[in-house]
Amino acid sequence: MRTKDLIISAISNTFRSKLRTTLTVLAIFVGAFTLTLTNAVGAGVSQYVDAQVGALGSPDVFIITQASDASTAGDGPVKYDAASSASVASQQGPPGTTTKALTDADLASIANVAGIESVDPIRAVQADYIESESGTPYEFSINATSAVTTADLTAGAQLDGSASAAQLVLPDTFVTPLGFASAADAVGTSVSIGITDILGAKHVVAATIVGVSLESLLASGAGANDALIAELADAQSGGIDTAVTSYGVAVAHFDTALSADGITALKADLASEGYTASTIADQLGAVQTVITGIVGVLNAFAVIALIAAAFGIINTLLMSVQERTREIGLMKAMGMSGGKVYTLFSLEAIVIGFLGSALGAGVAIGLGSALSAVLSRGLLSGLPGLNILLFEPASVALVIGLVMLIAFLSGTLPAQRAAKQNPIESLRYE
Amino acid sequence: MSSEWVIDAHGLEKSYGSGTSRFDALKGVSVQIAAGETVAIVGKSGSGKSTLMHLLALLDEPDQGTLEVAGQTAKSLSKRAVNELRNKEFGFVFQQFFLTPNVSVLDNVILPLKIAGMGGKERRRRGMEVLTQLELADKAGNKATTLSGGQKQRVVIGRALVNAPRVIFADEPTGNLDTATGAVVEDILFELNRSQGITLVIVTHDEELAARCDRQIYIRDGLVVQHTAARSAAHSAAAPTNTEAHSAAAPTNAEAHSTAGGAA
Repeated sequence: MRTKDLIISAISNTFRSKLRTTLTVLAIFVGAFTLTLTNAVGAGVSQYVDAQVGALGSPDVFIITQASDASTAGDGPVKYDAASSASVASQQGPPGTTTKALTDADLASIANVAGIESVDPIRAVQADYIESESGTPYEFSINATSAVTTADLTAGAQLDGSASAAQLVLPDTFVTPLGFASAADAVGTSVSIGITDILGAKHVVAATIVGVSLESLLASGAGANDALIAELADAQSGGIDTAVTSYGVAVAHFDTALSADGITALKADLASEGYTASTIADQLGAVQTVITGIVGVLNAFAVIALIAAAFGIINTLLMSVQERTREIGLMKAMGMSGGKVYTLFSLEAIVIGFLGSALGAGVAIGLGSALSAVLSRGLLSGLPGLNILLFEPASVALVIGLVMLIAFLSGTLPAQRAAKQNPIESLRYE
Repeated sequence: MSSEWVIDAHGLEKSYGSGTSRFDALKGVSVQIAAGETVAIVGKSGSGKSTLMHLLALLDEPDQGTLEVAGQTAKSLSKRAVNELRNKEFGFVFQQFFLTPNVSVLDNVILPLKIAGMGGKERRRRGMEVLTQLELADKAGNKATTLSGGQKQRVVIGRALVNAPRVIFADEPTGNLDTATGAVVEDILFELNRSQGITLVIVTHDEELAARCDRQIYIRDGLVVQHTAARSAAHSAAAPTNTEAHSAAAPTNAEAHSTAGGAA
């Protein structure tokens, strides 16, 4: 029997008992539907997190702080040295711990660690307001790490770190209030940023909007390039040069070609120097672990539904084999080999699996896309850029493939039973 | 294959079950079937006649004894070769029609060709040819379940015929039909034997049908009890039928000289 004939026969046999096939297909449908949706949630959320990671920093970046003092508490107080000891900032570490600030000397020694390509301090600037030509000032904040991050842009371009002109990436929530018709309209215009120095005097700094970004969950505020940060920081310091410049956090770039092991080794090197280095992935690790865990549990439920459906397939096919005993006997009497009978019944199982999974995936995509659109406008409108259900063709194909595999495995037992049938016993009627 | 198709069986034994439930269906049966002849295997229910047919048709293997088909020992044939032999050279007609319901008459008829792996077009052409021959061409697209008993059995004959077999094994071919339709089906079978030289092996308990065959092999309790010799040239359709014969052991043909059966 030709393969084509086997497949055609399997398909037509599947529809011979319509109600039974429909019920079995429905059971698989539920599993495939759930699995497609949970996968889509996983993909949607991870895509969002990836975008957030981009907003937080590039993958080749360490966020470096002084190692927490908590670990050296047993050694007693450290002697003060006016030249090297910086003020202790409590903002950076976990609550309840204190972290020493980084000084220029620290930056130099970090830069000396093999594997570190460059190190830049992060200078926090507190802007007061932003004002456009429309005249109304709005409260405004600048994300200190924006110079090293990639913004999730809706219009314009990323910040140019090497540009000498002051550049700004505006959060899209500011577009309308500042009197721009659209995000694209805002790009290229000049705005004024107000800032108060440490002595209480007000300053105004001009900057050009180069891009408009979506609000990010993890990094809020506008983006500013090095030139703008420097200008704002100068204005903020009020012309007073502090004896020891101190920074809470520094950002170090390392070789992008470094492997995971290399990064771990580099972290160990920095740790031995007394610095805590963490990549963006480390910082988001916990978040991603939770998301992966939740998606995993949901997937497990879907797979349980599929296993239940698998028993449905076994049952359906066993009944089918029972009903068609004589037909099987006849085919074998006419010279059909056991292997071909086995293939025929396995194919019937696969057809049922394909029907259930294709329908399940199709309906999941249809319903999910509609639901996703509604949610992003309603319940999830506070998380711009989040597409809660993301249907990736590869993962949908994987779900269908997996269900067909489960169906094939379920069909093994009935197919074997059919293949083993003795034509005489199947045809006996005396 | 050679034109001298012969099935040659010696001392066939077959039993089912074991211990106290053991049932010896055949206790040593020897038969020879020559190409182009019509042979009736006659016996009552449980006599072992169907078992004998199954062994001759290579549907089952004997416990004891040898079986040669066209000069080849059945035991030496591989499973694949046996399947191919049944598919290409044998046709089967059963008392119960075993037609696949909800499938068209044509699809039922071409099943052996489908199993043989013949292409779709050729299959349909050959199937329609056979259906035309059996005057069923107009029913080709109908579902098998919508046909009458006689039509169904004609479809079954079509299915047995479609692969142009050398031997048709018919197990009680008229058992499920009324006398008139049964006669039509018989006529078709014997006509096939006459026009195409297809060997007929008919299992029956119907004396009238048996009498139309060249030769009758009577089976009782797993043994050949009487073996009527082949008539010289005359073919079955021309042969006189003995309507008074009712006993399985009674000779049915005046020219037949009975040989004592029971040789194990």
